[in-house]
Amino acid sequence: MKNINLITAPLRKANPITVLILGICSALAVTAKLKPAIVMALSVTVVTALSNLVISLLRKGIPSKIRIIVQLIVVATLVILVDQFLKAFVYDISKQLSVFVGLIITNCIVMGRLEAFAMAHKPWESFFDGIGNGLGYGAILVIVAFFRELFGSGTLLGYQVIPQGMYDFGYVNNGLMILPPMALIIIGIIIWLQKPEEEK
Amino acid sequence: MMDTLGLFFRSIFIDNMVFAYFLGMCSFLAVSKNVKTSFGLGVAVTFVLLITVPVNYLLDKYILSAGALSWISPAFADVSLDFLSFILFIAIIAAIVQILEMVIEKFSPTLYNALGIFLPLIAVNCAILGASLFMQERHFDTVGQSLAYGFGSGIGWLIAIIGMAAIREKIRYSKIPKRMQGTGIAFIITGLMGIAFMAFLGISF
Repeated sequence: MKNINLITAPLRKANPITVLILGICSALAVTAKLKPAIVMALSVTVVTALSNLVISLLRKGIPSKIRIIVQLIVVATLVILVDQFLKAFVYDISKQLSVFVGLIITNCIVMGRLEAFAMAHKPWESFFDGIGNGLGYGAILVIVAFFRELFGSGTLLGYQVIPQGMYDFGYVNNGLMILPPMALIIIGIIIWLQKPEEEK
Repeated sequence: MMDTLGLFFRSIFIDNMVFAYFLGMCSFLAVSKNVKTSFGLGVAVTFVLLITVPVNYLLDKYILSAGALSWISPAFADVSLDFLSFILFIAIIAAIVQILEMVIEKFSPTLYNALGIFLPLIAVNCAILGASLFMQERHFDTVGQSLAYGFGSGIGWLIAIIGMAAIREKIRYSKIPKRMQGTGIAFIITGLMGIAFMAFLGISF
């Protein structure tokens, strides 16, 4: 029961992006299309969960003075694994994500959870906390990507969803949605909608 | 020479770290509450970028990229250590930040007091690692170009965070809808600033 709570809390009331403002760094540029956003969300979830697990196992042996370096090395190793995996199995998407896979290393969510949770909790709990935070982060990415792809290119996952008849009728894709700044504005709106829930 | 200068201005205005790639957003949103601290952080970021990007460039050129090891022996001509770049870049960045902190503390206590609290934060700032990774992807020809790129990116980040801090200082006196206060409005402002910066897209250097 407690473990389930660890997973669901970050989805809404402790969401890493909209509430804690962590990890916006590397990921917004990948939300112009839904597919890379989903891949990015999964990669971050895997890295957060596994690095939480590893650091939590090692937590008693890490001298606190050099803990940042140790954490960075563990995370960087996991990110290299994820990167090689993506290159091998979904090469196109890995090309689209380009440097942003590497930037998972400095994603504040990963480091933030290691510092705030994994250093002080048991491995199993840390693992679930990592999954929860990865998913909470992924959820926002997918929501943003959904709206940007739908309004920006009229497609979802590459399939056209806005019927051709609409275009014949004079409907035009909103080119502004493709531009990076719109991702920030959509997140601003999500925060606005989520605020009252948080206050309860 | 003109190329290098063009690259410098390009990385400030067109490929701006914050507005075009959202790098370093965490500290950008967290620290931009007043101009003075933002300036301190901006200078620290520029300083670290100026040093880490060329160092990582040399590392990439002579050790990591495909065939780079051939200066040791021709037998290594088809060795590529590309997959190690993430871990080495981040290790170099963390090490340089640590060394810088010690050097600055020793030689310039005033600068240390101004930058001190920000330096450790910078090791995990996405903008720093991001610049190194972009540098690797773009295959620059000379160290000079990577230097210009690192410095330009830093200045771009500095301009962005100072602009943001100035707006946030003013906006404190405005009437913002209650739900939007704080982070909500900060996101929207960054978005609007990003759209404004897109105006530079038409300029070619």
